[in-house]
Amino acid sequence: MSEAIEVARTYLRPGKKLPTVWCGGCGLGIIMSAMLRAIAAIGVDKNKVAVVSGIGCTGRMPTYVDFNTLHTTHGRGLAFATGVKLARPELTVIAAMGDGDALAIGGNHFIHACRRNIDMTAIVANNQIYGMTGGQYSPTTPHGKRGTTAPYGNIEYAFDTTALAVGAGATFVARSSVYHAREAGLLIEKAIRHKGFSVVEIISNCHTSYGRMNKFASPVAMLEWMRDNSVSIKAAEHMDADALEGKFTRGVMVESDKPEFIQSYDEMAERVATDPAAVANVKKVIQSYDAMADRLKPENG
Amino acid sequence: MITADPKGVLTGSHYLDGDHAVAEGALAAGCRFFAGYPITPSTEVAERISARFPLVGGLFVQMEDELASMAAILGGAWGGAKSMSVTSGPGFSLMMENLGLGVMMEVPTVLVNVQRGGPSTGLPTLPAQADMMQARWGSHGDYEIIALSPSSPQECFDYTITCFNLSEKYRVPVLLMMDECVGHMTEKIVIPKAEEIEIEPRKWFKGSTEDYLPYKPDDDMVPWMVKVGDGFRFHTTGLTHDERGYPVMSAECQKDNVGRLVDKIRSRVDEIVILEEEEMEGADVVVVSYGISSRVAIPAVERARADGMKVGSLRLVTVWPFPENRIRELAGQVKAFVVPEINLGQICLEVERCAAGRAETILVPHAGGWVHDDEDIYQAIRGGAK
Repeated sequence: MSEAIEVARTYLRPGKKLPTVWCGGCGLGIIMSAMLRAIAAIGVDKNKVAVVSGIGCTGRMPTYVDFNTLHTTHGRGLAFATGVKLARPELTVIAAMGDGDALAIGGNHFIHACRRNIDMTAIVANNQIYGMTGGQYSPTTPHGKRGTTAPYGNIEYAFDTTALAVGAGATFVARSSVYHAREAGLLIEKAIRHKGFSVVEIISNCHTSYGRMNKFASPVAMLEWMRDNSVSIKAAEHMDADALEGKFTRGVMVESDKPEFIQSYDEMAERVATDPAAVANVKKVIQSYDAMADRLKPENG
Repeated sequence: MITADPKGVLTGSHYLDGDHAVAEGALAAGCRFFAGYPITPSTEVAERISARFPLVGGLFVQMEDELASMAAILGGAWGGAKSMSVTSGPGFSLMMENLGLGVMMEVPTVLVNVQRGGPSTGLPTLPAQADMMQARWGSHGDYEIIALSPSSPQECFDYTITCFNLSEKYRVPVLLMMDECVGHMTEKIVIPKAEEIEIEPRKWFKGSTEDYLPYKPDDDMVPWMVKVGDGFRFHTTGLTHDERGYPVMSAECQKDNVGRLVDKIRSRVDEIVILEEEEMEGADVVVVSYGISSRVAIPAVERARADGMKVGSLRLVTVWPFPENRIRELAGQVKAFVVPEINLGQICLEVERCAAGRAETILVPHAGGWVHDDEDIYQAIRGGAK
């Protein structure tokens, strides 16, 4: 407990009044503290951390944390973070997003960030609903579950966030839940330490909207659901499809080594500056128009 | 003002099209972060920058779309870089969302629109000037923006630098509103020596980290800026915010915040605006034009003068903010304004508004796809001079 208080004192913004905008019992506080514990464990200078977000309940997370914090537009947190990181590669850049933010309106940015492999961390707080707007179905609302815009049950199918990230080429992909708060913090720590683009999905609870419409009596009931319906990746290896039906897996899905974008860019710049063929090519680009001008001179026919 | 970093300046005479000249202007201005998405007729800017940037310590990234490009250049600017993106109509529409974020966060950055025919996909390879009102009003909410319109490759180079300087001074995204003609027109351009290029530095905050308030305005209404990662641990948001950058949902805060965003530009229009005037003394008709249309109008104006008509020429290098005072002043002196533009009536509405019935406003429309026939402009001048 003392560790938690220490983390809160160190990393929550002193000038920012609590409580948060989040409902009592919301999982976002657990995710925020998991992120702070991860940063504390790594020991990054808080001046060198940038937390970028989009819109929605998760979008408000940066307001409370004592880093460089940038609250942007819906879905664009990762694209904005890309600019921050590329302009200042020495920073630890984290994008905090909800499921609608990351996977619906920001879905394109999400998959391309996975593919591009810039050394940033995306935390996807997945509460399976649009919470801030009052409970509309999201890209991760399970088939058949209700939202205020799916009053008779969702006829669409949910994204599997981590499978999407793996398919799009992210070099670190993990999942946990707010019930597994300690594990969530450790996975976020691993993700931040990873050199390359990392994704951590944390299954969260929106009892106010999702829970109310889908027969969860309380936040506790939703946390118990996470406990009872998740399986560690290790355990899942020994389970068949039937046993895994309706359950989500937790742990590190992918941890791979691929050259990081900025590293590759720097190598390319180095090559272009020193390799004679590359130098000649750049000169050609610069001079192509001037060469045309020379040809057009009367003395050159 | 400081002078340009010689590393990016390709001093000498060159034969370049407007797109390439914009790229060189950005390099000379110190732009070192570019995020963009390919779109005709602007792509050549990105191509040249992708070739040039690795040699000067710049970072080029091709994003997945224009929504991301605009977001990335805002992030890059907060990271301390001078940043830019380039697009055309369809991409410009997508960028409107984060252009508004740039206005709200007061981010110095430059966005170039090489205009093509619209609406929708329209005429990808042919010119138009039909995004002029979108440049002013395209993002939701109340705001003011700065937009310049060059008419030659040399001006593409020069005014790209001006755009960067204005963006730093007023902390607002600045638009360079080109058109396909100027973008693909190839002419001689002269790039001066670095020490002859004036650069407006960023409005860096020089006080201590404890004293920093990201949105506390200076006397010129523009707040001081810091870099992400320099110890200030500030918050910035697209929400209506107080001086600390923290969201405040109230009518009072909205008035202070948005009021200042508008006033910092509106109160200094005369300082921002660049106009080129010619033979205004005793003019009966004034041709008000911008971009490629100001060059197309030249033969029509000369012919009318040869015919004995008194024709002045007012070229809007700065289109936004609109030079209201000057048009109001002229409206009391002339019979008519003639406004040739490659659209079906946009900037002419501003001229008409400021003329307020005291002088006639004659639009010379063109739906796009090519430039005006100067005969049409000549006939409009003749009509106005009667």
